[in-house]
Amino acid sequence: MNDSAASRSVVIERQLSHPPEKVWRALTQGALIEEWLMKNDFKPVVGHKFTFRSKPMPEWDGVIDAQVTEVESQARLSYTWSALGLQSIVTWTLTPASGGTHLRMEQSGFRLDQEAAYRGANYGWQRFIGNLERVLGERA
Amino acid sequence: MRATPDGIFKALADPTRRAIFERLMQEGELTVRVLTDESGVSQPMVSKHLGVLKTAGLVRDRPEGRLVHYRADPSALAPLINWMKVYAAFWRGRFDRLENLLNRMDQ
Repeated sequence: MNDSAASRSVVIERQLSHPPEKVWRALTQGALIEEWLMKNDFKPVVGHKFTFRSKPMPEWDGVIDAQVTEVESQARLSYTWSALGLQSIVTWTLTPASGGTHLRMEQSGFRLDQEAAYRGANYGWQRFIGNLERVLGERA
Repeated sequence: MRATPDGIFKALADPTRRAIFERLMQEGELTVRVLTDESGVSQPMVSKHLGVLKTAGLVRDRPEGRLVHYRADPSALAPLINWMKVYAAFWRGRFDRLENLLNRMDQ
């Protein structure tokens, strides 16, 4: 990831026919988060460190390290998101809209988690290098 | 200098260089001497391969007296992965699931 990547981000927006209060619950209650995102020990408390856990893969334990950085009830939520040696910040914004909620998710600030990247062998890089061989064959 | 995807591909196209790079990824910092002892190629050849890997940004060196320590820099591989695309697809799927959950939830 080069320096210019820091300014890039992933943005997903959607108009939901549900009130912000309800959307907020789905974004902040552990049991509900698990239903649509992943197993977690999230708490809507700034500074709270937690993990998301997805199904382990051959070279990845499926763990995403996170920390809550912003909680503004029914309006804004952000947490850091660190997985596979890459760090970023995920920010949710809820805006009341006629009969529902406009929900926006922005994942930004992508940068390499140097320590995790250094422990590359644990994070799927080995498999990635294996795949390079195949790609190189296709390019040759 | 900024390593290019093409430079990275070329550097890793050689099986010996790839083996050296993978070993540095797994074992951390190593000297040319240590890398040479199990590689089956001569020390000058190992040094030459390390030079190519260094130019591609895949390894970094740290001189210490007469010894030079080499380590892998996996971040050089980052230009090859389009993380934005990977995550955009991931979140779109999760939005679908979120909406589905909201439809099932009580007010």
